[in-house]
Amino acid sequence: MKPGLIIGSFLSIIFIGLAFFSFIWIPYDIEALEISNKLKNPNLNHWLGTDHFGRDILSMIMMGARTSIAVALLAVGIGVVIGVPLGLFSAARRGSFIDEVIMRGNDLIFAFPSLVIAILITAVFGPSAVNAIVAIGIFNIPVFARLTRAAALPLWERDFILSARVCGKSEVRISIEHILPNITNLMIVQGTIQFSLGILAEASLSYIGLGAQPPTASWGRMLADAQTLVSIAPHVALVPGLAILLMVLGLNLMGDGLRDLFDPRIKGDRT
Amino acid sequence: MSLLNVKNLSLSIGSFQILHDVSIDVLPGEIVAITGESGSGKSLTALAVMGLLPYGSVMKGSIWLEEKNILTTSEHDLCSMRGRAMGMVFQEPMTALNPVKTIGNQVAETIIIHERVTKFEANKRAADMLQRVGLTVDPSRYPHELSGGQRQRVVIAMAIALRPKLLIADEPTTALDVTTQARILELLKDLVADFDMGLLIITHDLAVVAEIADKIVVMQNGCIVEAAKTQELLHNIRHPYTKALFNASTHRVILPKYIPSSPLLSVESVARTYNLPRKSVFGSRPKFQALDGVSFHISQGERVGLVGESGCGKSTLTRAILGLEEVQRGQIMLDGQSVFSEKKPNLEVRRKMQVVFQDPYGSFNPRHRVDRLIAEPLHVLENTPIGKDRDLAISKALEDVGLSAVDSKKYIHEFSGGQRQRIAIARALIIEPELIIFDEAVSALDVSVRAQVLDLIADLCRKRPLAYLFISHDLSVVRTVTDRVMVMQLGQIIEQGQTEQVFSNPQHTYTQSLIAAAPTLPEVTYAIETV
Repeated sequence: MKPGLIIGSFLSIIFIGLAFFSFIWIPYDIEALEISNKLKNPNLNHWLGTDHFGRDILSMIMMGARTSIAVALLAVGIGVVIGVPLGLFSAARRGSFIDEVIMRGNDLIFAFPSLVIAILITAVFGPSAVNAIVAIGIFNIPVFARLTRAAALPLWERDFILSARVCGKSEVRISIEHILPNITNLMIVQGTIQFSLGILAEASLSYIGLGAQPPTASWGRMLADAQTLVSIAPHVALVPGLAILLMVLGLNLMGDGLRDLFDPRIKGDRT
Repeated sequence: MSLLNVKNLSLSIGSFQILHDVSIDVLPGEIVAITGESGSGKSLTALAVMGLLPYGSVMKGSIWLEEKNILTTSEHDLCSMRGRAMGMVFQEPMTALNPVKTIGNQVAETIIIHERVTKFEANKRAADMLQRVGLTVDPSRYPHELSGGQRQRVVIAMAIALRPKLLIADEPTTALDVTTQARILELLKDLVADFDMGLLIITHDLAVVAEIADKIVVMQNGCIVEAAKTQELLHNIRHPYTKALFNASTHRVILPKYIPSSPLLSVESVARTYNLPRKSVFGSRPKFQALDGVSFHISQGERVGLVGESGCGKSTLTRAILGLEEVQRGQIMLDGQSVFSEKKPNLEVRRKMQVVFQDPYGSFNPRHRVDRLIAEPLHVLENTPIGKDRDLAISKALEDVGLSAVDSKKYIHEFSGGQRQRIAIARALIIEPELIIFDEAVSALDVSVRAQVLDLIADLCRKRPLAYLFISHDLSVVRTVTDRVMVMQLGQIIEQGQTEQVFSNPQHTYTQSLIAAAPTLPEVTYAIETV
């Protein structure tokens, strides 16, 4: 086991744990404003200080983790649920017209800068968490479709697939029984990395006010609210910034570590 | 004075000892063959001589190449010795060459690395060397434009460009066709005599060994079990392992008598062409005729062999018979039904036909357990057995091929190559098909394992009438396990007939050249004490 995987998993689990813990208990209600207590530095009552409305930053971070993780997870979900079957289908019908259509469709989506289109979608359909999920999710589809197809193609030439075909199994059945289990580890690695990109995208969207709307807490919005206060109370900006950084870093380290763990070639070199 | 002297070489990686007290002597102008089955340590011995052992190897003993001990020479000095003092030829000519460099440049590169010569001179010497190894093509060609045999000649040219004193060839002809193999062996022999070079050849093929070597070293589990001059060894085999190896190589099985019966598979004037890439932007696509009017029948219970060299259309024919690919002309019928049925598989046909592939490592999904792997064809049956019946069918199939029912819960990586091939046969047999296609099914196996699998096939034939098409490039194997044989060349079947008849009295010139090129084992005699 590499230290990267351990550190990455540790960071990711902390934030995911915080998000779940927020359902049971948070230190302070984040909708209760207490202006008299605003911009307090971290202290015993408020471990991470308070913001310009006097809200507890730790509570906001916990609630924000919930938003970030939910948006990113659902966006990855959209990518996996639509992208993987598309890729499997494309690989099963490799070289056909329909394969061509699917893959060129993917290229089309890839050709657009994802964040700009996400801004466009949320701007047209109104800013909300749901629209953010859809906007980020759409760009996950071609990632998974292409990866699935690329991983499935060489498998289709393997003897065990040929013998499954000789046994009279249909393409759908072969895709599910033989191809899918052999590409799952790749999907887990890519899923982790897309998850971290989703968190970044959600933070970016809510930073410009197009993500989850108040009073729902989100890290991007906290960062946006704090930017005018950096010189007075740096911790108000520092804390959500660090939260985004650590979460994304953790997921990336974990993705890298998982890839090494799953790849027998790299494993061989290490031992 | 010997050229290469390996003395009491022991090698261990981690806590696992791989070589035990290996001693080998090679004189200038001498061909020494190391033979043995996979895992015997023959390749590692060669790598040790090149100083190319994997990281973490611990060695004892000494390897003297003339005045230098390889084991105590620094990596830097070894680099200057590789290519200059010793050259190496690898097994796979397809991957041993850089695809984006011309063959002339690749040979010249070896010269430029070791000697201060101008590029022009290096290229000239490279061209000479390519000519010396019998290559008639231009040095400005790229590897993909050459055939396997031609590529192996390029690899040899690279290895001997600087006239090393020692050449190591690791299975140099294993990936080649028999006719090509014969020519490459001829070339190696010729070069050894010409350059007064020592040749250390590693091969599992005893017929090749007997043909080319002056001295034979037989290895088993990292130990040398027998070493002697070729003629001495062949006429006085002492060690039981050597004896077993020779026995297995000439292994013959006894098939039950074939009783002529009703036809099962009929292939009628089948043709298949592939489109090749365009040569120019608007040019028409050239076509490659992979199958050209192939017709034959296989009757119920008949054992038919198909031989031919690579590129003759064997694989295309296999895929067509299995119904994996459509043919453009002709028809393939199994028991009166077409084998190809567009997208939807015809279960009726699938029930009657199964396949065993060559590669025991690639033919199984590594993520399923053996029971699931073997049960794969079961779903084509009209009433698929479930629960107890399924388990019963699985354990019966495993026992039929000499494994036991407890193996059904293991994963495929827990089995050896031979066991995997048994499992592949169990998978093919579980639905009791009438026809099995063996596509080079024993080619990747060691001789002793191969003999066992052939015995198994003969055994199965005795239990119930089983028709099969046995596709192989190995003539000696085809000769023993088939009743009838077909010879294929350039997409056509050029000769077919009773196996014994074709082999003892080939009619077509191509068949004659195939049989002549196949190396044969000479008569051997065993020392009294082994009996």
